[in-house]
Amino acid sequence: MSYAQFLSSKLAAAGAVEGCMLTVATGGRTYRGVLMPHHEFSGHDIVILKVKSGYNIGIRVAADAEIKVESQPVEHHRPSEEGTVKPGLKNLVLIGTGGTIASYVDYRTGAVHPALSTADMINAVPEIRDVANLKAQVLFSIFSENMTVPHWQKLAQAVADELNAGADAVIIPHGTDTMSYTAAALSFMLGDVPKPVVLVGSQRSSDRPSSDASSNLMAAARFCVNGNRAGVFVVMHDTSGDDSFAVHCGTRVRKMHTSRRDAFHSINVPPVAHLDRDGKIEFSGPGRATSAAKAVATTGMNQHVVLLQFYPGMDPELFRDVILKSKGVVIAGSGLGHVNENMVPLIREADSRGTVVVITSQCLNGRTNLNVYNTGRDMLAAGAVTVQDMLPETAYVKLMWALANTNSPEAAKEVMRTPLAGEMGDRRLV
Amino acid sequence: MMAEDYGNMMCGIEIHQQLDTHKLFCNCRSCLSEEGHGGIYRRLRPTTSEMGEVDRAALAQFKRGYGYCYESCPGTTCLVELDEEPPHEVNAEAMETALIFSEMLGASIIDEVEFMRKIVVDGSNTSGFQRTSLIAVDGSVAAVGRRIGILSVCLEEDACRKIDTKDGVVTWRTDRLGIPLIEVATAPDMKTPQEVMEVAQRIGTLLRATKRVKRGIGTIREDLNISIPEGARIEIKGVQELRMLPDFVGNEVKRQQGLVRVKKILAERGTRVVTDTAIDVTDLFKDCGSKIIQGALRDKGVVLAVKLSGFAGVMNGDNKTLRLGAEMAQYARTVGVKGIFHSDELPNYGIDQSYVDALRRRLGMTEQFDAFVICAAREKKARDALVLAVRRANMGLDGVPEETRDPLPDGTTRYSRPLPGAARMYPETDVPPTVITPQRLDRIKVHLPEFPEQIEARLVKQYGINAQQAAQIVRQSRDDVFCKIADEFGLASVAATTFQGTFAEMEHEGLDTDLLTYDDLYQVFAGVRGGKFAKEAIPAVLREMIGGSTLAAAVKKLGLSAVSDDDAAAAIAAIVRERSGFVRSKGLGAVGPLMGPVMGALRGKVDGKKASDLLQQEIKKFLAH
Repeated sequence: MSYAQFLSSKLAAAGAVEGCMLTVATGGRTYRGVLMPHHEFSGHDIVILKVKSGYNIGIRVAADAEIKVESQPVEHHRPSEEGTVKPGLKNLVLIGTGGTIASYVDYRTGAVHPALSTADMINAVPEIRDVANLKAQVLFSIFSENMTVPHWQKLAQAVADELNAGADAVIIPHGTDTMSYTAAALSFMLGDVPKPVVLVGSQRSSDRPSSDASSNLMAAARFCVNGNRAGVFVVMHDTSGDDSFAVHCGTRVRKMHTSRRDAFHSINVPPVAHLDRDGKIEFSGPGRATSAAKAVATTGMNQHVVLLQFYPGMDPELFRDVILKSKGVVIAGSGLGHVNENMVPLIREADSRGTVVVITSQCLNGRTNLNVYNTGRDMLAAGAVTVQDMLPETAYVKLMWALANTNSPEAAKEVMRTPLAGEMGDRRLV
Repeated sequence: MMAEDYGNMMCGIEIHQQLDTHKLFCNCRSCLSEEGHGGIYRRLRPTTSEMGEVDRAALAQFKRGYGYCYESCPGTTCLVELDEEPPHEVNAEAMETALIFSEMLGASIIDEVEFMRKIVVDGSNTSGFQRTSLIAVDGSVAAVGRRIGILSVCLEEDACRKIDTKDGVVTWRTDRLGIPLIEVATAPDMKTPQEVMEVAQRIGTLLRATKRVKRGIGTIREDLNISIPEGARIEIKGVQELRMLPDFVGNEVKRQQGLVRVKKILAERGTRVVTDTAIDVTDLFKDCGSKIIQGALRDKGVVLAVKLSGFAGVMNGDNKTLRLGAEMAQYARTVGVKGIFHSDELPNYGIDQSYVDALRRRLGMTEQFDAFVICAAREKKARDALVLAVRRANMGLDGVPEETRDPLPDGTTRYSRPLPGAARMYPETDVPPTVITPQRLDRIKVHLPEFPEQIEARLVKQYGINAQQAAQIVRQSRDDVFCKIADEFGLASVAATTFQGTFAEMEHEGLDTDLLTYDDLYQVFAGVRGGKFAKEAIPAVLREMIGGSTLAAAVKKLGLSAVSDDDAAAAIAAIVRERSGFVRSKGLGAVGPLMGPVMGALRGKVDGKKASDLLQQEIKKFLAH
């Protein structure tokens, strides 16, 4: 809620801006304090002052109140120096995209801002300089729910450019909500990337002493420096504690909790590696070592792809337009990958018109298999493509990439069935 | 100590009272658990300040790897306590209670309450901050014959409980975290230790009058802010027992008076800041009989000593009223040594005069007021300890340092840390503000709970008990159960005597009467009414129940199962026969003297009135024969 008209006029007339020292005489009392930002849920006739004790209080301002500015805000200049380069340490590049991990709080006002400068980001974890030389650039400052395909494309190109310019690894602080989509997109766009590219997020903002931002960043840096693994990864807490971190394959990871630190899980595979609090790395299996090859970003994406979740009673009439207008459709089916029998003719029609229909499972865990039941066999006969145990979100990203980088629906189907970045597997361990 | 000895001391109190609602920001129950489960390892990182800088000292400590381990408790903790889920909206009942209490103090309530994050990095809050809000300012409370100012009323969340510290890891239990607290701070208006207690008592009674606060040890905690002229502001944090308040205040005033005298003495002598550093004197003490020194030497330790020119007699002197040495030792112990020895207390503790003389020679002590301090421990620790001891000695030149002190069970205090600077607070953006409408305040004003004196007057008028009994019942916040017992069982007088006399006795014995619930007391009086046992057995039954027995178990253990009139009469007849001579000589006049043995024999199984009737009857029978 914004200020009432009379109140914003009063504040403007007094020359009051956030951070200035005010006296407000209203309702027979006089209050003195620093003007704070108006909360979205505050009353429209309320001003919030930070009083001497440090508390904020909301004051209802009457129409005849007197507001006086006592002094203007004190400007604090945030430090902007960058660290010196230490010989012998690896060179990491941080590419900021926004999100909780790259936000800082203005303690004066409490407002959360995206980190705008490279120094902001590095200063959040000064001890990272003990393990690597750090360079940072801010590519975007957005919350991850506002990420779009062009953001992924720009990011992939920036990563390739940094690696080709000599970076030993790239770390991407990212909002957690859609981090796994970005990880999948980078996995396909960067293909056999020769160095580690690590997305890292946090579930608690870095203004809090309990934030997981710095420990996740530190774990990511240690993995980049000591892991000798090439690929696109996500590093987050492995447990609720600050003593265990997991490295996930970029195409196999999913946010499985709204708020816990250990929200990110590898699905259908064990995490690539675990790190303990001292930075010791334990890999769960072999992988691709880093190399001196060039990085190539293949960033084409066909955005006419939709991701649908099947539900009981799903009405083909409702989705007909959506599906037929798309070049690709990913359906998270029930169980082994099923939709109801009414949907099958629509799949057939879509396929015959050149729309690729890919089936995954909303179970997430386990492999799709349309050979087991009648409905499944009908779906296959109608042209649906199954992609083993690929996650629905990964399939959605991959289908956009496959359609853009092939020249026929059949070729795109073939790409979907072929593992490119660890996104699917035929064996799931007990 | 006479009243005027407190001179112009100033004391303010901060009272923290737990509320009997669910937790402030989640729906967990507000109670403590016997056991903690799991152990989630966390670290709290010093965050960048308003200036965008990290406190280097705090960061250094973080880098050394101090960590915390958090236990959870099913039923009383959820993901919110573990900082794994954002806070829910503020508990409406807790907010209402804070508003009601603020109105009872006549305080000005804030129009829109904003929750803040107060940075606390000792691990006691999983988030690294405490959520707190200012509810009201500028109230007052009538006590000690005048109005005592109330500076503020806050609503905030309680912190974790410390369970253990091992190998640099502090274990905290999260059950207490998030329990709503009302924090009420008075102005520094109290002039004597007795006033401090009376004001605290009055505020406590007002809090309980809201009927929504918890009771029992640990549910109300007091912080004291004490200063004297020429002294300094000292904060004593977390006093749990009200009756100890005058002791803490009195002892703190004495301590500050002593330190002010030390300052004057040192000034008169022209004592200067000590800049000497510790030297190794281990060789002098190789064969010393002191157990502490021998223990330290066996543990690869050393003995270090520092000369303190001009400090003789103020470390422990003038009949133990000058005690700078105790302060030095408290500082030294913060690095983990067992203690220090200083020249004012030696020879003693197995260190005889010859060692003292040798040390004086080694340190070149020739002047009248030359003194020394020694420490035996591993070298690094001993050196750190002596640096702190010397620093504290030097602080004596300036009088009383501002600091936070911990209360000890004997009514004295111990140095805990320097007084914290202004709290770092910033908005808790996860919790929406609470608008307090004038309509809501009007409704609260109309429905304010009865004030303690109103309840007292009502009890006196309605139940015919005396004013002292009524006051005691109200102070214990037992008026609800008292009225129930009086109305339902007609036992007003018995209940009043119990709540006044019996409860006072039990408290004097150190029993926690708050452990008795409303239901416990109701059942006990129901037992009396129902003839299960006599009213004389109430004290014994209550003692058993405080010890953890159920009512049934207490009755069984005390052998109180009901006795028939015939059995009682037979027992009384036996007593009369045993004292036949006495009964014959006194006649019915023997009833009074024999009531004692009779009640003893019947052990509360029969009501006193009935026993007296039966005794008269048996004496008549006996005399008739």
